[in-house]
Amino acid sequence: MLSGALAVAALMLGVALLLNVWRLVIGPDAADRILALDTLTVNGAGLLILFCIEVGSTLYFEAALLIAVLGFVGTVALAKYLLRGDIIE
Amino acid sequence: MIIDLVVSILVLLGAAFSLLGSIGLARFPDLLTRLHGPSKATTLGVGGLLIASIVFFSARGDGLSLHELLITLFISITTPVSAQFVALAARKARPQSDTTSGTPKP
Repeated sequence: MLSGALAVAALMLGVALLLNVWRLVIGPDAADRILALDTLTVNGAGLLILFCIEVGSTLYFEAALLIAVLGFVGTVALAKYLLRGDIIE
Repeated sequence: MIIDLVVSILVLLGAAFSLLGSIGLARFPDLLTRLHGPSKATTLGVGGLLIASIVFFSARGDGLSLHELLITLFISITTPVSAQFVALAARKARPQSDTTSGTPKP
């Protein structure tokens, strides 16, 4: 039962990632693309957590945390660049 | 058995919320409405997945597993901040688009 639920959930997250990539490609504005990238990293961390449950190892939580941290830093840096024209003044 | 059922329900719920947030990101007409999907639903979705993981790894008998709580805390703190930054950037780039209803405050 658990493996079936994990497969269905992984399918849902895969569709979510595809929708994010679609928005990343077509997004009419730069802010749309930043938002799509941010959502992409959060969904990627979720997919990695599903993989943790699947293989029964806590080894990949650090990887998920790193993906979340770097996604946040990247989003803030890109938005600051749009906002000020510079990242570090 | 009960643990498997609980983990399955939480995993499906979390994945469904993530999918709903991404559908919102893909389908809404305007950037400021598009911000709502990911910044609320996707956070809840990843939170559901992490609670499922806490239940799963705590039930295996290695004691209470709290690594995941750190990720939950981090994501739920940083998502509003990044949404705020994206909204500020979008507002500076283009204050009003064709599909925005009403007029924004100056």
